[in-house]
Amino acid sequence: MFEYAPAPESRSVVDIKPAYGLFIDGTFVDPTDGGSFKSINPATEEVLAEVAEGGAGDVDRAVRAARAAYEKVWGPMPGRDRAKYLFRIARIIQERSRELAVLESLDNGKPIKESRDVDIPLVAAHFFYYAGWADKLPYAGFGPDPKPLGVAAQVIPWNFPLLMLAWKIAPALAAGNTVVLKPAETTPLTALLFAEICQQADLPAGVVNIVTGAGETGRALVEHPGVDKVAFTGSTEVGRAIARAVAGTRKKLTLELGGKAANIVFDDAPVDQAVEGIVNGIFFNQGHVCCAGSRLLIQESVADRVLESLKRRMAQLRVGDPLDKNTDIGAINSAAQLARIRELSEAGSAEGAERWSPPCELPERGFWFAPTIFTGVTQAHRIAREEIFGPVLSVLTFRTPAEAVEKANNTPYGLSAGIWTDKGSRILWMADRLRAGVVWANTFNKFDPTSPFGGYKESGYGREGGRHGLEAYLNV
Amino acid sequence: MSERVAVRKTYKLFIGGKFPRSESGRSYLVQDANVSLASRKDARDAVVAARAAVKGWAGATAYNRGQVLYRVAEMLEGRREQFVALGVPGDEVDAAVDRWVWYAGWSDKLAQVYGGANPVAGPYFNLSAPEPTGVVAVVAPERPALLGLVSVIAPAVVTGNTVVVAASPTEPLAAVTLAEVLATSDLPGGVVNILTGRLSETVPTLAAHMDVNAIDLTGVTDAEQAADLEVRAAENLKRVLRPAPADHDWFADPGLTRMTALLETKTVWHPKGV
Amino acid sequence: MTATATSARSDLSELGRSETALRTFLHGLPGVDQVGAEQRAAQLGTRSIKTTAKAQAIDLAIRMVDLTTLEGADTPGKVRALATKALRPDPADPSCPHVGAVCVYPAMVPYVAEVLRGSQVHLASVATAFPSGQAPLEVKLADTRAAVEAGADEIDMVINRGAFLAGRYSEVYDEIVATKEACGDAHLKVILETGELATYDNVRRASWLAMLAGADFIKTSTGKVPVAATPPVTLVMLEAVRDFRAATGRQVGVKPAGGIRTTKDAIKYLVMVNETVGPDWLDPDWFRFGASSLLNDLLMQRTKLKTGVYSGPDYFTLD
Repeated sequence: MFEYAPAPESRSVVDIKPAYGLFIDGTFVDPTDGGSFKSINPATEEVLAEVAEGGAGDVDRAVRAARAAYEKVWGPMPGRDRAKYLFRIARIIQERSRELAVLESLDNGKPIKESRDVDIPLVAAHFFYYAGWADKLPYAGFGPDPKPLGVAAQVIPWNFPLLMLAWKIAPALAAGNTVVLKPAETTPLTALLFAEICQQADLPAGVVNIVTGAGETGRALVEHPGVDKVAFTGSTEVGRAIARAVAGTRKKLTLELGGKAANIVFDDAPVDQAVEGIVNGIFFNQGHVCCAGSRLLIQESVADRVLESLKRRMAQLRVGDPLDKNTDIGAINSAAQLARIRELSEAGSAEGAERWSPPCELPERGFWFAPTIFTGVTQAHRIAREEIFGPVLSVLTFRTPAEAVEKANNTPYGLSAGIWTDKGSRILWMADRLRAGVVWANTFNKFDPTSPFGGYKESGYGREGGRHGLEAYLNV
Repeated sequence: MSERVAVRKTYKLFIGGKFPRSESGRSYLVQDANVSLASRKDARDAVVAARAAVKGWAGATAYNRGQVLYRVAEMLEGRREQFVALGVPGDEVDAAVDRWVWYAGWSDKLAQVYGGANPVAGPYFNLSAPEPTGVVAVVAPERPALLGLVSVIAPAVVTGNTVVVAASPTEPLAAVTLAEVLATSDLPGGVVNILTGRLSETVPTLAAHMDVNAIDLTGVTDAEQAADLEVRAAENLKRVLRPAPADHDWFADPGLTRMTALLETKTVWHPKGV
Repeated sequence: MTATATSARSDLSELGRSETALRTFLHGLPGVDQVGAEQRAAQLGTRSIKTTAKAQAIDLAIRMVDLTTLEGADTPGKVRALATKALRPDPADPSCPHVGAVCVYPAMVPYVAEVLRGSQVHLASVATAFPSGQAPLEVKLADTRAAVEAGADEIDMVINRGAFLAGRYSEVYDEIVATKEACGDAHLKVILETGELATYDNVRRASWLAMLAGADFIKTSTGKVPVAATPPVTLVMLEAVRDFRAATGRQVGVKPAGGIRTTKDAIKYLVMVNETVGPDWLDPDWFRFGASSLLNDLLMQRTKLKTGVYSGPDYFTLD
């Protein structure tokens, strides 16, 4: 046997303060009502920091600061200068990438190899991409002189904390808006480090404001009459509530919500790569991915073979310490999320699906869930319909391309889909029919700042990334 | 000899390419005619017809959709006098014809303008293209009854959506007459469905309907009602086009937003390798 | 599973009898997506192998080295020195394991055999008109027999890439079968020369073709063309031996050769073996590195792990 010795990434690169205030108008301030909450390391349940909980008064302060910055500084600033600030931020993110990666893994529980190789490089790339747009908006296809909206209220989830921040802040600032962003309550730390990066970049005060807190803070932000734009990434349930909350207002809304993507494997698929794609599709980031390929649809004629390969491959997944460079699957982000994953998995067993996980030792402390697949799943099972947002894959079979399309589309969601086949014309035929905003053919879970991302149906509306991503922040 | 007795027209709904009366058997007197008073059930039937038409219409080639829209313009041009007789100003009819022509041309161009290749940092082909969102409920502006109506229907259907339109309650005759134009224009049944009657009866049903993908509230003038409809639409996260400002100039260049608001962008990735 | 595996076995043994059957089978293998395969190989390359794991990997890698010299300028003196080094790679440290084999041209086999006699180190010889394979079959077989008679217990043959690329699979198959027969008890390593096969689909097909014809090992490269072993090529070959064993029950070894010069590279390959085919292949009987300069880097890293101090090339023999 070839046992890999522990290869932990050093924590010393990160300096976590015992307590953090709110970042409003360029400085860290105490919340008006003094509330706070703890952010913990989900892999150990160790408290990482005490973080301020923003109340309605704090949200109001932040929105006012953003408004003032919009009117006096950022709005009037020439695009080329906004661009330079964004380029500066992108560079600082690259320079401090290791620190950001370690902090992200500590606060979120994701493996360091993902925060290091995926999240943080994409964050920097996103700022680089949108920096370049700031002085080119008249060429973006939205008319000769597109205008920013004003103050953007942005609420982001815990699965890709800093990357979601980048997806929100970079296009907003490039288009000339100012922002008030609320990070998720379980993962606020990289957003707070980003606030320090804004200071380091000498970004004018009030252009970016970070108000930490939980659902109530988010609600106060979304409902604040002073915001012109609301952007949310998170659950469909909360997205619905936000859509109701902004009804009848002038606020422009974009939503990036849940998913239940079908990953479709045909009998002529490049099977080893397909298995990698299946694994990457559902076990990347512990399955805490809105576009996760959580429903595997295998053509019946190869179902046994693909499943056998998949199980063999799953047995190689290394679950454990997120800071170990060899960890493939880290910790579940929170006790609450773990409870949800467990509940749905138990429902899967209770409804008659067959559950399988590779032998795998889970740490005693922290929140953990072994990579799991359910076979014998039908469209009627809860685990085939509800978003689990964890490392749990439901396996279904199909016989014909038309049946695959029908099953894939048979969901209220429509965020992403995967197709695995060596036949080009079939890929295009399928891609035309799949009701999903992102279709990965012979690959999965690929992201790029130039590539629009977003869903059909109840997966939300609007696109993030690319030229399309600007539209959400322009008055068009 | 007595004067010839004219044959009057019954103004009916337009659902699935047919002209049914309201299933409720009701009508209301407006513009000196008995016009069908659509019920909630009629609205639901219209959604079923619109949904059934999506596959064929969205799946038609852009060229084909453009031809059909141009055919609508031809038919409308031929019935110009009929609309004038209903009280629609001649320049409005002309503008409505021109609007069909303008949108007809967009059918095979929008994907090029609004979509395209994305230069991702990796060995991938990556293309974004717009697709229709599906079934769109539309509240037509109260006036101008013809140009306003055409200006909300054409941008929705040119890209492959199908629509259920709540026509102007006060001036519905132009809408019913337009339905006759559409019925003779090679437009597949169900692509455009037109309901006449009270907005308060049909529109809340459409806004809440879980098989409707988007709602265009252009013709809703009451702010509170608009907010209520938006709340209903949130249930299945319909795409919402908010009401047009009262002073909207329907004769102006409409721009792209009426089309793009009812589109989904689909991005397809594929590795490049040997 | 057992039933299907058994029937699969009997089916596969018939394949070599007809060009059509071979073609149908080889072209029916699942495709390889280049980008996906390369990404998987790269991912495996990011594993961090430290401390005890690294020490274990280095010793294993040393045992897997086919210490190779294939130069026109090779002399008896040169190959004797190489063979001596194969037996005791680090004369200063008796705990250092010997390498897997010494690999030389047929003419050099007798000199190496003298040195290796009685040891556990295998003696490999390239044969079959290495590296081009462009000679009449009779010549290639004579080459093979001569090497075996002179003492080689492993034969590294090259396939006829021209015939393979032209789709004359039976020709390639028959040559391997004939060479295998000429080998007698010697193990046959079949060099696919993947750098000339152009696609991973071809690498997979050539791997299967070689295994069906009786190869004991499949080997990437001669080291004589610009592109030698790469991680993704080796990954595809590992997948092939894994699937071949699942289908036939017979285990075949894999030998990446050429271009593997550093400990870091070698460890990446071992990680790939570990996570693709598992511990059954983590043995010099089933996995080898065709290399020359790799050994010294392994020795330097080995010393570094033991002493905590980075060594230098002057402290290791140049043979």
